[in-house]
Amino acid sequence: MPTSLSRLLDHDLVHSFTRSRVAVVSALVAVTIVLVSALAPVLSPQDPFDLMSLDLMDSNLPPAWEAGGDQRYVLGTDDQGRDMLSATLYGLRISLIIGVLSVALSLVVGVTLGLISGYLGGWIDTIIMRIADVQLSFPAILIALIVDGAFRILLDKEWHDRAAIYVIILAIAASGWVQYARTVRSSVLSEKGKEYIEAARIIGLGPVTIMIRHILPNVMGPVFVVATLHIAMAIIIEATLSFLGLGLPPTTPSLGTLIRTGNEYLFSGDWWITIFPGAALMIFSLSVNLFGDWLRDALNPKLL
Amino acid sequence: MLLEIENLTVKYPSRRGAFVALKNVSLSLDRGEILGLVGESGAGKSTVGSAVIGLLAKPGYVDGGHIALMGQQLVGRPEAEMEQLRGARIGMIFQDPMTSLNPLETVGWQLSETIILHKKCARREAATRAVALMESVGIRDARERFDHYPHQFSGGMRQRVVIALAICGDPDVIVADEPTTALDVSVQSTILQLLKTICRERGVGMILVTHDMGVIAEVADRVAVMYRGEVVEVGKTHDILTAPAHKYTQSLISAVPRADCKIARFPLINYIEEAGTPDISRLKKRWGRTSDAANGTALSVRNLSVDFVTSRSWIGRQTKVFRAVRDVSFDIKRGETMGIVGESGSGKSTIARTVAGIYAPTKGEIFFNGHPLTNVGPRLAKLRRRDLQMIFQDPFSSLNGRMRVQQIIAEPILFQKGRKAHAEASQTANDLLEIVGLGAAAGRKFPHEFSGGQRQRISIARALATGSNFIICDEPTSALDVSIQAQLLNLLKDLQQELGLTLLFISHDLPVVRQMCDQICVMRKGEIVEQQGSDGLFESPRHEYTRALLDLIPSTPRGQHQAALRVGATPGRT
Repeated sequence: MPTSLSRLLDHDLVHSFTRSRVAVVSALVAVTIVLVSALAPVLSPQDPFDLMSLDLMDSNLPPAWEAGGDQRYVLGTDDQGRDMLSATLYGLRISLIIGVLSVALSLVVGVTLGLISGYLGGWIDTIIMRIADVQLSFPAILIALIVDGAFRILLDKEWHDRAAIYVIILAIAASGWVQYARTVRSSVLSEKGKEYIEAARIIGLGPVTIMIRHILPNVMGPVFVVATLHIAMAIIIEATLSFLGLGLPPTTPSLGTLIRTGNEYLFSGDWWITIFPGAALMIFSLSVNLFGDWLRDALNPKLL
Repeated sequence: MLLEIENLTVKYPSRRGAFVALKNVSLSLDRGEILGLVGESGAGKSTVGSAVIGLLAKPGYVDGGHIALMGQQLVGRPEAEMEQLRGARIGMIFQDPMTSLNPLETVGWQLSETIILHKKCARREAATRAVALMESVGIRDARERFDHYPHQFSGGMRQRVVIALAICGDPDVIVADEPTTALDVSVQSTILQLLKTICRERGVGMILVTHDMGVIAEVADRVAVMYRGEVVEVGKTHDILTAPAHKYTQSLISAVPRADCKIARFPLINYIEEAGTPDISRLKKRWGRTSDAANGTALSVRNLSVDFVTSRSWIGRQTKVFRAVRDVSFDIKRGETMGIVGESGSGKSTIARTVAGIYAPTKGEIFFNGHPLTNVGPRLAKLRRRDLQMIFQDPFSSLNGRMRVQQIIAEPILFQKGRKAHAEASQTANDLLEIVGLGAAAGRKFPHEFSGGQRQRISIARALATGSNFIICDEPTSALDVSIQAQLLNLLKDLQQELGLTLLFISHDLPVVRQMCDQICVMRKGEIVEQQGSDGLFESPRHEYTRALLDLIPSTPRGQHQAALRVGATPGRT
């Protein structure tokens, strides 16, 4: 009886992973970025949330290697005198939290609805899938805008700033669940016809048990692939919303907020404010996307 | 010699070393001769065919040996030259006429295209030739049907088109891979005769790959029996069928169920592995209530009808229904086996699923152990069905691939007795695995680690887990090779004898039904046309449909002993 670790290492997926250079490199980059952003409070030289440590005299300083750069601010400073390195690290952290949480939320909602819709069928299926169809006809960013806009009216300014991060997570999740619901529903439809489901019904198991114990584990494969690709998407949507000024307030800098503020200074030659957060965003979403692409191919036996 | 295969070895490389699909296969083929290749699934018979035509599935490759077509070496020839040979010198007939024709082009277009390619003639001339070809393969009104699309042809006619395609380049050799497997039994023999005529008249050599000994007996001049990538025996068809020399061939032929008389058990199939010895005595101890009531009626079905809604309308009451089962009644005595036979679509599986509670009956009543299952609350019906379990046709979809075998078997016990019965459930699961001949260690594995026959054993263990005494078997062996089928049927017989199980056995395979059942219902289009004891039905069928079914069982040289020598599982139809 081999141990579970050696069995895991022997698994075809692990084998295919170690063979694919793109997968290994992208996974390494993504993991590094996640670690660095998680350790932001330890690694960064300055706390960008602490207004006391900011000095407006230090604003708009170029990176250390440029003429007029300051050794304390390796990647320069923004218009409030924040160290760009620290701001980017913290921004990455917030973006990641938003990305992961919104994907988790839309995954839970989408998988649940897809499972119910596929297994029960009938008018329940019709209603859920029509809602999904209608929602798919709007661009994701528009739905996020509508949700965000609705909360802006419902909550007053101060409350909205405090709840901004949750509103954004909700807004992105609202636009993302459809994909999970559709993926899960189509897998459920093909699993439902298999005889092990009939066997479970003959044993006497109820629909909830069958859905959770028998169908769910068999439909999660494609869902994980969608989720990986979706994390990068969610981070980009968040950045877009923040860039449009609808996301997080400037006091809690996400990558999108940083890029937006930097954008105003781009034409006056202060390129570093927008380039560094932009590069961080690009590298992270690229590596997650490449990893997701590999995962999709590796889990598809037809492509081997 | 037309075609000579010498020491052919084909390998499929994988992570864990190369898999040897063919090992030193040597065969020869003459003009006008039909060489049958027979064997169980995975024996490598199709690989021989694809190696000859140079279309080995990737990543397979020829590791050694020669294939010579009239002295011309085929192995190692560049792809461009093989393309010239394919069709012109070697033709191919595939199993499924549904998928081997392009559905978007007319039959005539596909034929003349191939003729133009090989004969380099004008379109008008090609069309004339195509019509002549269609006539020669027995398609009536060929000129008219020239412009028809493949879906306008029946299965048998479509296979005739495929045969016409294979011979339109005037090939010397034709490889036919299960040419009649996808066809109805009644069409099968006419197609086989056509193939035979073509070979004789045109002097074409044919390699006929099949799992069906009946097909071999009907047309092949010589037979090569394959086992695990090796040819174990070659000889004249009659000699092999009547006096097999090799042990494998002997056990293979003895495993084929007979239609002519009922035998207590299948003879020992000693050559084939995976047998595992079931340990029945242990089960008996676990079974508190073995055969407590040997007589009495276990299941009684009264005037059962089942409808399926084909198109539901939301407005008005224009809902269209299809009546799958019409006014069916039968009784099963405790400890007996009732067989239901019929062609596909005759409603036999619908009856099984309605009894099991997956479909709801439209009309009629079902009584189980004297209690009604219909017109009672769903909760009560579920409770009464506890002693009723089912074994399914497809061993690959009837087990949840994400659960360990032990969990699969323990699930019904845990469901009935609650979480606290955990220790008891896993103990029973281990015992059952011993009983069905897999061993308790198998419980820690996942279903995909087992073969089809082993998975059916797991299914049986699951059906027995709660001590149920009524088991519905829905084509339990139709996806299995004949030797595995014999083992499994033996196991079912043993279990029935020891535990007094009552079986509802559904199958399209008449010889199997004869071996298993006491009573038989013959179904056609949702109705039972005849119902009588198994011996009576086979010896003096009353209904003409039954007679027609019995006549379709192909006969062989050993006709008085053997019938329907089906060796392998039906490929690609699971």
